[in-house]
Amino acid sequence: MTESVIGKETAMAERSFKEEVNKLRLGAGDEFHGEAILAVTKALLQSGVSYVAGYQGAPISHLMDVLADANDILENLGIRFENSASEATAAATLAASVNYPLRGAVTFKSPVGTNVASDALANLSSGGVTGGALIIIGEDYGEGSSIMQERTHAFAMKSQLWLLDPRPNLPTIVDTVEKAFQLSEASHTPVMLELRIRACHVYGQFAAKNNAKPSFGIKDALERPNRDVNRIALPPATYMHEKEKIEQRWPAAVRFISENKLNELFAEDVADIGIVMQGGLYNHSLRALEILGLADAFGESRIPLYVLNVTYPLIDAEFVRFCAGKKAILIVEEGQPDFIEQAVNTILRRADLQTKVDGKNCLPMAGEYTGGVVRDGIAKFVAAHRPDLLDRANGAVVKLRPGEDDKTRLQAALKMLGENVHGRPPSFCTGCPERPIFAAMKLVERELGQHHVSCDIGCHLFSILPPFNIGNTTMGYGLGAAGASAFNMKADKRAIAVMGDGGFWHNGLASSIGNAVFNKSDNVVIVVDNGYSAATGGQDIPSSFADNPIRSTKNTIERAVRGVGVEWVRTLTRTYDVAKMRDTLKEALTTAVKGPKVIVAQSECMLNKQRRVRPLMNKAIKAGERVVRERFGVDPDTCTGDHSCIRLSGCPSLTIAPNPDPLRKDPVTKVINSCVGCGLCGEVSHAAVLCPSFYRASIINNPSVFDRALARVRAFVIGALQRRLDRRAVAG
Amino acid sequence: MSAAPDTVRPIKIAILAMGGEGGGVLADWIIDVAEHADYLAQTTSVPGVAQRTGATIYYLELFPRAAARARGKDPVLALIPVPGDVDVVIASELMEAGRAVQRGFVTPDCTTLIASTHRVFSMTERTALADGRVDAARLQEACTLAAKRLIAFDMAGLAEATGSVISAVLFGALAGADLLPFPRAAFEAAIERGGVGVAASLSAFRAGFDAAAAGRTAAAAAPVVSSTTAAKPGSLAALLDEAAHTYPQIADIVRAGVERVADYQDIGYARRYLARLSSIAPLARERNGERLLAETARQLALAMAYEDTIRVAELKIRASRFARVREEVRLGDGQLLQIAEFMHPRVQEIADTLPAGFGRWLLDTRWARRLVERFTKSGKVVKTTSLRGFLLLYLVAALKPMRPRSLRFAAEQTAIDQWLGVVRDTARTDAALATEVAETRNLVRGYGDTHERGRDRFDALMAVLPQVMTLPDSAARFAALRKAAQADESGAELNRAIAALPKLSQAAE
Repeated sequence: MTESVIGKETAMAERSFKEEVNKLRLGAGDEFHGEAILAVTKALLQSGVSYVAGYQGAPISHLMDVLADANDILENLGIRFENSASEATAAATLAASVNYPLRGAVTFKSPVGTNVASDALANLSSGGVTGGALIIIGEDYGEGSSIMQERTHAFAMKSQLWLLDPRPNLPTIVDTVEKAFQLSEASHTPVMLELRIRACHVYGQFAAKNNAKPSFGIKDALERPNRDVNRIALPPATYMHEKEKIEQRWPAAVRFISENKLNELFAEDVADIGIVMQGGLYNHSLRALEILGLADAFGESRIPLYVLNVTYPLIDAEFVRFCAGKKAILIVEEGQPDFIEQAVNTILRRADLQTKVDGKNCLPMAGEYTGGVVRDGIAKFVAAHRPDLLDRANGAVVKLRPGEDDKTRLQAALKMLGENVHGRPPSFCTGCPERPIFAAMKLVERELGQHHVSCDIGCHLFSILPPFNIGNTTMGYGLGAAGASAFNMKADKRAIAVMGDGGFWHNGLASSIGNAVFNKSDNVVIVVDNGYSAATGGQDIPSSFADNPIRSTKNTIERAVRGVGVEWVRTLTRTYDVAKMRDTLKEALTTAVKGPKVIVAQSECMLNKQRRVRPLMNKAIKAGERVVRERFGVDPDTCTGDHSCIRLSGCPSLTIAPNPDPLRKDPVTKVINSCVGCGLCGEVSHAAVLCPSFYRASIINNPSVFDRALARVRAFVIGALQRRLDRRAVAG
Repeated sequence: MSAAPDTVRPIKIAILAMGGEGGGVLADWIIDVAEHADYLAQTTSVPGVAQRTGATIYYLELFPRAAARARGKDPVLALIPVPGDVDVVIASELMEAGRAVQRGFVTPDCTTLIASTHRVFSMTERTALADGRVDAARLQEACTLAAKRLIAFDMAGLAEATGSVISAVLFGALAGADLLPFPRAAFEAAIERGGVGVAASLSAFRAGFDAAAAGRTAAAAAPVVSSTTAAKPGSLAALLDEAAHTYPQIADIVRAGVERVADYQDIGYARRYLARLSSIAPLARERNGERLLAETARQLALAMAYEDTIRVAELKIRASRFARVREEVRLGDGQLLQIAEFMHPRVQEIADTLPAGFGRWLLDTRWARRLVERFTKSGKVVKTTSLRGFLLLYLVAALKPMRPRSLRFAAEQTAIDQWLGVVRDTARTDAALATEVAETRNLVRGYGDTHERGRDRFDALMAVLPQVMTLPDSAARFAALRKAAQADESGAELNRAIAALPKLSQAAE
């Protein structure tokens, strides 16, 4: 947790990754300790890359963030680092490896990022590459995922680029990065390295090597350009490319993978059944085997294992060898469709092997393969084919079935919990500037009724959840207004689209705003301008308010939308002004002006603002400067426990507490000390005419002489009046 | 490690925390302790969008390096907990502990559950129109049942008391529970190496350690109910004694009611409160209706002390209120405090405060109404700690003696008597239903739109009372209707519930 703060004038992303950057400097003889995604970053430097690009997103944001802070290291190594405008931009960046022996890597979240990138990836794969081209994919699947549940595997198959899925431990992952470049070069094909969420965040160690400076760099390519028309995806070359893929690149890849033993075989001959698994699921599977008494803690298995660190292409000969003499194999393949299982059936059929292929009949077709799921699936497979192995393993380390007493206790506990455990859906942070936008929309809803609301990708999408419950669809990053395109007909109501500044610059300006202008849309677009790509970790974007020494910022959204032809634009510079927000939105929904109505709602992301401001404030207070901190509170004796204010906010610091009034039972609203004093509570209680219970407390640190004198005068008069009040109350 | 390397298993720890609670810091500390004790340590997490206020799970595995050396091989450590195979589960909050149980991480054969008993209320609990809190006792009981051993106490409270964060208390509890093969000093050394807020973290650690070592599983202390009793002077004291004497079984409520109403207006108003209550008392006694009397006493006091501008102004300027705010914002020495109120009185509220005739005139006279509306269009921020703001509220509070002649006062008294009449009439035939009718008065509360909505719902319930009265389970039905009235803001649930009532004619058969 390093969250040191740099002054606003030099601020880029408001977080510093100094400690992580230092880990990138390690050399031969040092041991690296840290998260896997950082280990990948280090491995890139060790592999002699010439350029790195990408688009941030969980779980690979860390790679981008750390490199953004490591400019001096990158410059020394002659590496170009780009914060790409989108995943399509990132993938297109790999074009540098087509004509030149340049190693390059790009990264993004997948499959969403790969969806966006697929145009460039298809072109890149068609022509093939000279230098190693690596795509690092953060596979956002299963628990904690923020996107639709799909597999990146399909992209590898359709464009014929290779897919690596290494065992999730740091030495293997780091080694795979180097091997991936070699494979790419040996087969003239881009390679995808897939890391699941948990694998990206896993903390471990590996023996570091020195960083390598590429012998042929970007500068060399720029100064000595060369071209080969056969590498460009345009007929007739494209027909040749397809043949080349099948006749040359694929066999070359198969050769490289087999010769370098990228896939691993363990305990190959100890039994007549075997388990095939994606490399990424190796640790889960081994733990399951250990629990079943079929392996020990060190991975020594009593069942043969074939670990696919490369999941595309599959190596037919290796499958044939593994299955020879085995009556059944189990394929542990997460997600659907079951591409690997289907392919293995074909391979064995062609080789005329009778080994039974189990997979999705033992394990679920859909959903994350968590520890319990894999354990039960493997147990089912072994029980079906070699129950004797399970019997012999009744020294199993964990009781498979709990005892009767334990079971009863657990069931009673579960029954008791029942509905008492609520979900905790993600929501806006304390003081988030997006909250008042939706509070205002709620108030407009009260006056003008519900509207169709098309959402986008970003923190603002939390509006679809309680307490706001606003929003109908989300079609992709920057596609908020695009998703409202069809709602373009004369009617009594207009559609509203919401888009963040991240989505706006990613794709929104052309696909949403430009499209709305061209098609003469009459809809309303709210662009949430919080100064960062906030949902992905607070990275800078073209409209960020702060200066960034290596990027161009302060390119305003209003100028951009006017540039593509929007006439009706309102920029609100303080989203917390709920009344103004409400009135502007009402105007946009009712004005007679034709064409799209764009409201740019501007206030700094509070999470990033606090990271920046809080340490500065603490420093100033320590230095004896006058600093005023504001926070809100609720008077419990005027609060009647209706919680309207919470329903219009949902702020984490706005919660409930037992009612101190012995006559009342319902809990009162309470503001806890994490309140950052954004002001929304006051504005909402004004705009919605709620109740007079909210107060704003201004806490003056290091008050001036004037402050103190004024306070004394006030205390004198107010104190006297208060004592008079108390006396009269007593006299009652 | 005396065990043979083949039988050594990793220590498995799952941490369930919410965004911003320092779950990551806690995981880092544990890793640091383990690595310094010659253990291989692995951790992973699934933050994703969960960091925005959602629940996050951190999962750790620790394995002795000595065993790995003996075997000449590193162990395979898992990235995800397997139900039935987790040694320690640490939950930063009680509902999260329940979630860990639901997800199967806590099992009676092997899991020690370390949980803080404080509550961080869920969105569902917070946004309820009345009381949507789940039963914390049941959550804790379930944890007791599911875990091999439960260590549970209010760790947020300890964190607050020691000026630190909950992760340090949890870390202390983990050490104090004596579950890991590391001495106390090793834990403390990890905090020191962390280098951030060391002193506060260490004192929070110690508090957590001591509580866990003492085997505390106590429930969180019940909230202290403080009544706002000042000194009880002559007449009020006498009245309070009389109240307690007349209603010995519900003395607390009636005394609180008398105090509230006297504080709201004057001693005469308090006598009126007791007089009104006595109109129900004989009936209630006759019908064994202690709850009826208690609820009536409670609601009557709240109804008589309805919220108006005078009351709000008076509560806002009291010395005791200033003191409460100072405490709530934890005002330190050398700091100054300024308080600003957010008020939005509208024409209706102003007219309500005026003498009845004048108030009615204001509401009915177009130009006057418009004029006032112009000044009340937007809310006002009143700085109570400034002389101007304080005096403004002081003057409004000074209108208190005029209140009995105000427009609203008259209307409220009529409404109260009407409601009491219904309670009384109902009690003659159905004491249980009368109790529900009494309690339903609770819907009418608050300010502005909230108040109007509450009154509408109350009226709607009163309108269907005759219908409900003829049905079996009338009290339960009426209570269900009241619940429906508080299910949503739009009133859809109440409309549904009312529509679903059997028709009068059918019910009569």
